Amino acid sequence: MSGNGKTKLVLGYGTCGIAAGATAVKDALESELATGKYDAYLDIAGCMGFCFREPVVEVTGPDGRSIIYGDLTPKRVSQLLEAVAGGEVIEDWVVRRSDDPDAGEGDFLSNQHRIVLRNCGNINPESIEEYISAGGYDAARKALTSMAPEELIDEVGKSGIRGRGGAGFPTGTKWGFARKARGDQKYLVCNADEGDPGAFMDRSVLEGDPHAVIEGMIIAGYAIGATQSYIYCRAEYPLALKRLDIAIAACHEWGFLGKNIFGSDWDFEIKIKKGAGAFVCGEETALIASIEGKRGMPRPRPPFPANEGLWGKPTNINNVETLAAIPWIIANGGDKYAGVGTEKSKGTKVFCLAGKVRRSGLAEVPMGYTLRQVIFDVGGGVQAGKEFKAVQMGGPSGGCLPASLLDTLVDYDAITATGAIMGSGGMIVADSSTCMVDLARYFLSFTQEESCGKCVPCRIGTKRMLEILARICAGEGEPEDLERLEILAADIKAGSLCALGGTAPNPVLTTIKYFRNEYEDHILHRKCTAGVCPALITLRIQEDICTGCGACAKICPVEAISGEKKMPHSIDADVCIRCKLCLSRCPEEAIYAE
Amino acid sequence: MNDAACECKQRFADPDDLAPLEVILERYGGEKGALIPLLQDVQDAYGYLHEKVMRALAKGAGYQLSQVYGVATFYTQFRLEPIGEHLVRVCHGTACHVAGAELISEEISNFLGIKDGQTTPDMKFTLESVMCVGACSLSPIMIVDEDTHGKLKPANVRKVIKRYQGNSGETEE
Repeated sequence: MSGNGKTKLVLGYGTCGIAAGATAVKDALESELATGKYDAYLDIAGCMGFCFREPVVEVTGPDGRSIIYGDLTPKRVSQLLEAVAGGEVIEDWVVRRSDDPDAGEGDFLSNQHRIVLRNCGNINPESIEEYISAGGYDAARKALTSMAPEELIDEVGKSGIRGRGGAGFPTGTKWGFARKARGDQKYLVCNADEGDPGAFMDRSVLEGDPHAVIEGMIIAGYAIGATQSYIYCRAEYPLALKRLDIAIAACHEWGFLGKNIFGSDWDFEIKIKKGAGAFVCGEETALIASIEGKRGMPRPRPPFPANEGLWGKPTNINNVETLAAIPWIIANGGDKYAGVGTEKSKGTKVFCLAGKVRRSGLAEVPMGYTLRQVIFDVGGGVQAGKEFKAVQMGGPSGGCLPASLLDTLVDYDAITATGAIMGSGGMIVADSSTCMVDLARYFLSFTQEESCGKCVPCRIGTKRMLEILARICAGEGEPEDLERLEILAADIKAGSLCALGGTAPNPVLTTIKYFRNEYEDHILHRKCTAGVCPALITLRIQEDICTGCGACAKICPVEAISGEKKMPHSIDADVCIRCKLCLSRCPEEAIYAE
Repeated sequence: MNDAACECKQRFADPDDLAPLEVILERYGGEKGALIPLLQDVQDAYGYLHEKVMRALAKGAGYQLSQVYGVATFYTQFRLEPIGEHLVRVCHGTACHVAGAELISEEISNFLGIKDGQTTPDMKFTLESVMCVGACSLSPIMIVDEDTHGKLKPANVRKVIKRYQGNSGETEE
């Protein structure tokens, strides 16, 4: 790529990079390069996955060797450029180097297997030329000019890929249903309504490689017989929407969208629909209602969308990650994809590592990895000084798994057997400072808020469950509460139309199953061992560490802290409202909750 | 305070002025199922969905008012009240939650004297809790207008808010 003898700088320019300050770094790089002092040029890319070191820049020399630097600031830019020009390496900032890819934090990437993320961080997502030079649109051209729709469906079926939005339904089978459905007009919908808190892989793919999704849609549309399609994307993802707009416009210019695409007799159009903020719209029938301009409420199935979907016509809905894998499958063959993974879960899965993990970011791993490999080999384990307690998978529909289940395989069936779900790919790591009861309460408050209200068990049941959890966290729990939660959970699961209600109790059930002792601590001993639930903790100052600087006393809103200057301070537990402001203010970390 | 009010008028159309609505209605013509994008554009133009504007939209686009109101109240993006000059959104995604987002919200609430979803009486700040914005590695996060502030601590959020207190945005007076 740097064939012109110049050094190429690629800045990670996705939402996470921008949030970490990549825009200021970009400005600084541009103004330094404009001086003409350096024989280098700048390009942007989507998220490289190293969210934990953002902003990051990859420096590729004329010899093709590259180094990814992290933690950049505008001030560090000139120092970096000087070093690059002088052929030096600034070791402290290195994230990964191509000549020693496993060193340092480089194994974050080496331990991954990237199919969906094949281009993310490598190409400029706003340039269709870069996508094409990476082999882009070859698969769609091949599909439309030399393959029959049934052949494509067979190939996708052979790959074994299952819907990556969470449900895990085999994609080839789903396409087959839509292909066979009768209708004068069929629709394809790309579900980009990524609503799970803690999941950002769809956003990263749309920002980093929008053409992969569009190419997947072109192939899917042709396979099922849909000439019209929609991308239903969250309005909260402005950058993804912008890059999709740019990509779609470029496709029209190149003749990849519109009439007679790739010179075939096939027409295909994509329209973008912005979501308006409703978690339930991730559910297929609710999503369809929302595209039709209605309140996004699910309806009973059958009829399934494959027969009666958007505007009553046959409709096929696939998730972003599924569609992004399709061009790779068609280009490389279904068998090659099926060669990765386990017997019933093929290919790879992208996870978003976040929470108390050392390296948070995007991790695409082969199915069949253990959770331990994902969290420890890729994610680098838990942040310093703390112990792994749980991993939360699948967001509000998923569950919390303890350390004893870390050897569970990343496999739809293996994970479902634990009570959690594969879900869309959020993986939040919890350590000893995370209260599992509070976490369950958090997810229930989310689903309770997002319940559309159509089914009574979901609408009222989640409310009752939330009330019980809130009182346990407030130190007013009763021993019978656990059984009450379990009864309510069973009723909600049985009596809800869609997956929102059907899975809403999972975070509670898995925490009761694996962390019952924490519930008992809250209910029977009135203690929150993680030090989270305000009603159940006492804040104390460790006298041997306190320097008496007075910062805590100054910030305390109720004047509960007292002490002589430069002498250890103390907290009056009767006055303290446990707001924990002092905890975050103390420079010596002398204050603790117990 | 007058200045702040002026500022608002510059940013958004007055609900008594239906000209911007007419332009939006024209844009969508009779497009099937366009109610959500219509409301999104109206909110962009007016800052929020005033009853008068919703009534006119229903009439102009051929919907029942109940349909319009039903959709406007179903989706969290739509607001029925005006917002302040600065919109403070505190992320309450899972990663932010385990990193202490509740303490961040509480501290801002105390500082500004408003609860989640409310606007300060001087129309300077609106405080909102939002679900995951997808920048989990920087948790806990808040977004003020377009700026993301990550790795927050309850003890330093006042300082961040104060930066927006001084000036009234990028524009002069």
